[in-house]
Amino acid sequence: MTMAEKILARAAGREEVAPGEFVVASVDLAMVHDIFATRVFSLLRSAGFRRVWDRTRVVAVIDHLVPAPTAAAAAVHQQMRRDVAEFALTRFYDAGTGICHQLLPERGYVHPGMLLVGTDSHTTTHGALGAAATGIGTTEMAYVLATGRLWFRVPETIRVVLTGAPASGVGWKDAILHLAGRIGSDGAQYRALEFAGPALAGMGVGGRMTVANMAVELGAKFGIFPADAVAVDYLAERGVEVLPFGPDPDALYQETLTVDLSDLEPQVALPHAVDRVRPVSAVAHLPVDQAFIGSCTNGRVEDLEEAARYLAGRHVHPNTRLIVAPASRAVEQEAMERGILPALLLAGALLLPPGCGPCFGGHQGLLAPGERCIGTHNRNFAGRMGSPQAEIYLASPATVAASALYGRITDPRTVERSVGHVLR
Amino acid sequence: MSSAEASHVVRGRAWVFGDDISTDLLDPGQYAIAPLQERVRHTLEAVDPRFASQVRPGDVLVAGRNFGCGSSRETAAEALRSLGVGCVVAESLARIFLRNAVAIGLPVLVCPGARETVREGDPVEVDLGSARVTNLRTGRAVRGSPLPPLMREILAAGGMLPLLRRLAAEAAEGRGWVDDLGS
Repeated sequence: MTMAEKILARAAGREEVAPGEFVVASVDLAMVHDIFATRVFSLLRSAGFRRVWDRTRVVAVIDHLVPAPTAAAAAVHQQMRRDVAEFALTRFYDAGTGICHQLLPERGYVHPGMLLVGTDSHTTTHGALGAAATGIGTTEMAYVLATGRLWFRVPETIRVVLTGAPASGVGWKDAILHLAGRIGSDGAQYRALEFAGPALAGMGVGGRMTVANMAVELGAKFGIFPADAVAVDYLAERGVEVLPFGPDPDALYQETLTVDLSDLEPQVALPHAVDRVRPVSAVAHLPVDQAFIGSCTNGRVEDLEEAARYLAGRHVHPNTRLIVAPASRAVEQEAMERGILPALLLAGALLLPPGCGPCFGGHQGLLAPGERCIGTHNRNFAGRMGSPQAEIYLASPATVAASALYGRITDPRTVERSVGHVLR
Repeated sequence: MSSAEASHVVRGRAWVFGDDISTDLLDPGQYAIAPLQERVRHTLEAVDPRFASQVRPGDVLVAGRNFGCGSSRETAAEALRSLGVGCVVAESLARIFLRNAVAIGLPVLVCPGARETVREGDPVEVDLGSARVTNLRTGRAVRGSPLPPLMREILAAGGMLPLLRRLAAEAAEGRGWVDDLGS
């Protein structure tokens, strides 16, 4: 069986499952965030439930609207804190701790082989640690919190073999953007992506999170990496002992795709679709009003560090605003201690608190009609960040940093890296 | 599946949309926590500013591939339901949108070819049981794929919330734990 099949079979109490079957499975971990949590608890109450099935298996995070931009948002947070107290949830993270998809792995909550659901489409991120993780809506989450169970269709699995090593200025974001361009925004619809290949040995959990995060942009239900030594070590550092986990050797895949990273140019997704992907050279020189580095896709220390390699000791172009949002407080602290954040701030970055920032269009850096933004986030749909007449381009931290430096979309490979030695 | 659901038929005017109609178009993030009646005023405004004010109960959305892609926000499906949309017919539906539509009881149908047979404003009939979409102006009909039985059962129950209410009631009566989703 593939990883998705193994996890769903175990969670459904079955020896084996096959693609296309429907199963009712037990959920190992459920996550709710501030945009939807109060609706979920309100649905639970209205259905007649006063308790969740297992309060230690629910994580609640305030990450989307932090700090509250309006009185209405503050009231939502206030109600969410009451809900957390009423349902006696033990894992609650208040505003400023970080983005849910950063916190769950960072705190050691995500383990290989888990079945995990969240009220957020980018819940696929947790596949980086070998979990079958996916986004669901509020009504389904109410059902999960009440019963600990949910129906799933066992997905067909597409195997994605990653080979080669990315050149300087090219990263994992470019790999997943390339894949989106290649198979399209519904190329993996209802299916699981399972990653494999020799490149994994040189791929940290952060890079895996970037790739798994965007699996949903290809329509995928799960984006799963095998839990190898890299994942086992990551969890060991967090005091969690796990065993490696992967597919059976005789697993059947619907299709196998290969992505050779050594051939890859920096990629950019053009407005207004994640699969309108071109090499950066095709759009270089387009002026940008705003550059955004952050989000659950690319807001980790290694992403900020990559940006600092282009911006340290220099200054953002006067016609461009650079917004930086660390994915969590732990990321912020490490980036502060290592001189990464100071370098970005001295280069003219506007620093946002740890959280989703402007990525989902709620606040903190929305766009006017006709404005152009290049960001490290995951979606560029019309209306995603303010005006539907604004343009959003998606790229890697290196490409976004290089673009912020020159005020126009820039191939990072054409920019000499700056004073990397300043960074600790 | 109940017989009422098997013969579930929706009739209304067609609103025709393209591919990749996202949750940001259906329910823009900048109004995420606004009241429903305010949010629905912005539903699809970026692609058809007339839609929210002129859609009538029972109208049918006919769209291309990957309808509802993007966020997990159930409010995207909820917005359509509260505007009175009778059914969404698309070449393909994004995974979470499909689940959410079923979970809140909004009828949906995957029917490649429907968009080619229908023009904006045409009267159409959607038979969910037989998965048939008929253009009542031209008489032309195309057939899609019926939803899997489990999804049809949830839709017939009015969504997941009625199932959950029944569970709570059964638990309160001490009848023990019954999983309505069966297996």
